[in-house]
Amino acid sequence: MSQIKPDARQAIPATDSAVSVRNVSKVYGDVQALKDLTLDFPRGELTSLLGPSGCGKTTLLKIIAGLLPATSGEVLINGRAVTGPGPDRSFVFQDFALMPWATVLRNVAFGLELRGVAKSEREAVAEKYIAAVGLAGFEQKYPHQLSGGMRQRVGLARALSVKAEVLLLDEPFSAVDEQTRRKFQEDMLELVQNEKKTFIFVTHSIEEAVYVSDQIAILLPRPSRVSEIIRPASFRDKGVANIRRDPEYLDIVDRIWASLRNYVE
Amino acid sequence: MINRSLMLKLLSGLIVFGAWEIAGRVPISYAFPTFLESMAALARMTFDGTIFVAYGETLRPLVVGVAISAVFGIGIGLWIGLSKQFEWLFSPIFIVMQAAPLAALIPILVMIYGIGLTSKVFVVCIMAMPVIVLNTASAVRNTPVSLKEMATSFLAADRDVLLKIILPAASPVIFSGLRLGVSAGFIGAILSELKITPTGVGDIITYSRSIADYPSMYAAIFSIILLAVLFLNLLEKLENILFEGNNRGYVSD
Amino acid sequence: MILFGYKLPALSSLILWALLWEVVGRLELTFFVPPFSEVVTTLIALIPTPAFLSALGITAAAFGAGVFFAIVIGIPVGILMGKSRVLDELLLPWVNIFLSAPLTALVPVLMVLFGFGTRTVIITTTLFAIWIIILNARAGVKQINRSLVEMARSFGASPLDAFFKVYFWAALPEILGGVRIGVIRAVKGVIIGQLLISIVGFGALFELYSSKFLMAEFWAVLIVLFGLAFALSEFLAYLERKVSYYASSRG
Repeated sequence: MSQIKPDARQAIPATDSAVSVRNVSKVYGDVQALKDLTLDFPRGELTSLLGPSGCGKTTLLKIIAGLLPATSGEVLINGRAVTGPGPDRSFVFQDFALMPWATVLRNVAFGLELRGVAKSEREAVAEKYIAAVGLAGFEQKYPHQLSGGMRQRVGLARALSVKAEVLLLDEPFSAVDEQTRRKFQEDMLELVQNEKKTFIFVTHSIEEAVYVSDQIAILLPRPSRVSEIIRPASFRDKGVANIRRDPEYLDIVDRIWASLRNYVE
Repeated sequence: MINRSLMLKLLSGLIVFGAWEIAGRVPISYAFPTFLESMAALARMTFDGTIFVAYGETLRPLVVGVAISAVFGIGIGLWIGLSKQFEWLFSPIFIVMQAAPLAALIPILVMIYGIGLTSKVFVVCIMAMPVIVLNTASAVRNTPVSLKEMATSFLAADRDVLLKIILPAASPVIFSGLRLGVSAGFIGAILSELKITPTGVGDIITYSRSIADYPSMYAAIFSIILLAVLFLNLLEKLENILFEGNNRGYVSD
Repeated sequence: MILFGYKLPALSSLILWALLWEVVGRLELTFFVPPFSEVVTTLIALIPTPAFLSALGITAAAFGAGVFFAIVIGIPVGILMGKSRVLDELLLPWVNIFLSAPLTALVPVLMVLFGFGTRTVIITTTLFAIWIIILNARAGVKQINRSLVEMARSFGASPLDAFFKVYFWAALPEILGGVRIGVIRAVKGVIIGQLLISIVGFGALFELYSSKFLMAEFWAVLIVLFGLAFALSEFLAYLERKVSYYASSRG
């Protein structure tokens, strides 16, 4: 079983969770989207929230982001309770959420603009991250001039520019084509290596979750609950090209599918 | 391919004006001058300046009325879009105004404000405001939730969200509301000239009709339509230039 | 909006405005605004009178005829434009011109050509309504999913069958939308026509009451007119909703 690992990275002391979700429930009218959910997100790692539609994973992500209030329970970031959005977290949106009237540069610098950072400074930071995501040269372009994949990279650069500790990604690659998506997944691995952040990643793709994650939390719907936590171990350092044929990778994917397929509508 | 489109436009113009010319020559009515006669009258009025003086008169209530409608209309529209209470209170008024034949109110306005500039401005306002208000309100209310959430997630204050997200996102629809407002205002301006007191172009129309100078009458009407169409097309081109990116839909396909 | 936990229906603020009207009227703030209750009683008294009913009849007849012609001419023209590129390129500029042009300016021409009677009012009404109906019919046809067309042909549908069983329904939501807007424009058209051309029907009533300063009567007739226009528009919106359940899944 992949959950028992001798790897030093796996020996996480219980207190070093960057984000802790404690007994969070969310009710919309008659619908109980989340019920009494408890989950920890280890610092410096990428945890996926994986599950079929309706399992509340995006709801949970938005509660962590402070964009939605929980009906009960609390979310702790570094021990402090979340009451709304904060500088310690940034969000990457599924539909990119770019301002169509602004250039790439302004879009990426937007988080800093809202924090009152001076123009020359924020543009310098933005330029750095634009280059980091591979869009150097596109600073003066507008979103409608970019492909879907490029737009999402702008969204990612924006989230990185504010240098938040926790990066929340809501199905970030589901709106781009398959090839771009694969490339993004490979880039994601590199990003997690280089940036010392905690990543929380919502996806409905099993392969994607197993590929990029240090830890996968499987959520099942009605009622929403964490059914399992999986920590893939042996292939994490194998290099982007070899992971998809690794036996452990394939085993985990199959296992997850076996347990999720009953929930497909 | 531009040639083909242009050719077809010219062709269709030729057909219509040609038909006009022929109909005038038949003549289908003693009161129906030929196309060329009307154009001659138009040329005459242009060169002796009558048409410019006339438009000066006619456009005054239009410009004033549209300016007032734009300022108040956008303001009210913003408020309605942002506040649920305000929407509940005021949007039915504008919905009713939009559907109703406000022209019926002209006699009342004349009674209250007389036959001068004020009542004409009022007529333009009541015709133009509803569409501006409703378009603005709708634009504000339909701001993509995703963009607002994005701004909130990056710690935008409410004022930031309004100025940096809602207003820019709503601008294309607000602008097109203004365009529709100008169009409705035009109708108001002409209506008030034909109904209240003839001044400006309305005067040319009524006077020439009364002395049976039909070419001049048709020329004046032709000029109104031409002017309105040119101006509105200009606004549309402007809209396309200003909001180039936005017209392709929000960048959240 | 929510008040004391109850969700208030959309147009309920009109009740508040009616109350305000009542107060303003009672306070006799201006001669032109009689109390709302007085307007209502006048309205009730006025409706059965022959003068009112005849005005209603005249206006409704002109309106009905105008809308009828606008629909009967407009929809086929729009459909043909949607299907034939040549026709579209020839006619579209004119449709757009007349859509945005101040049609009121054309009324004097119509008066001169067709006289001062009901016929001219009907033509005015038709002209006000027809352009948007044409445009929407055209749009409705243009957006018919290619796959639907191919499907009909692959099952061997005759052109007539294809039109009545597939294309018509696919374009219907859009067409109904155009008719609804056209109807509202037609109401404006018929009133403007009556105000400018021949002072009959409601136009005549407005002139009469305003010249005799019978404000309660004036507002009563106005309310009836607004009410009818609104009811008609809502009815069409209702029809539109009935067919629009499939509208968004057309594409």
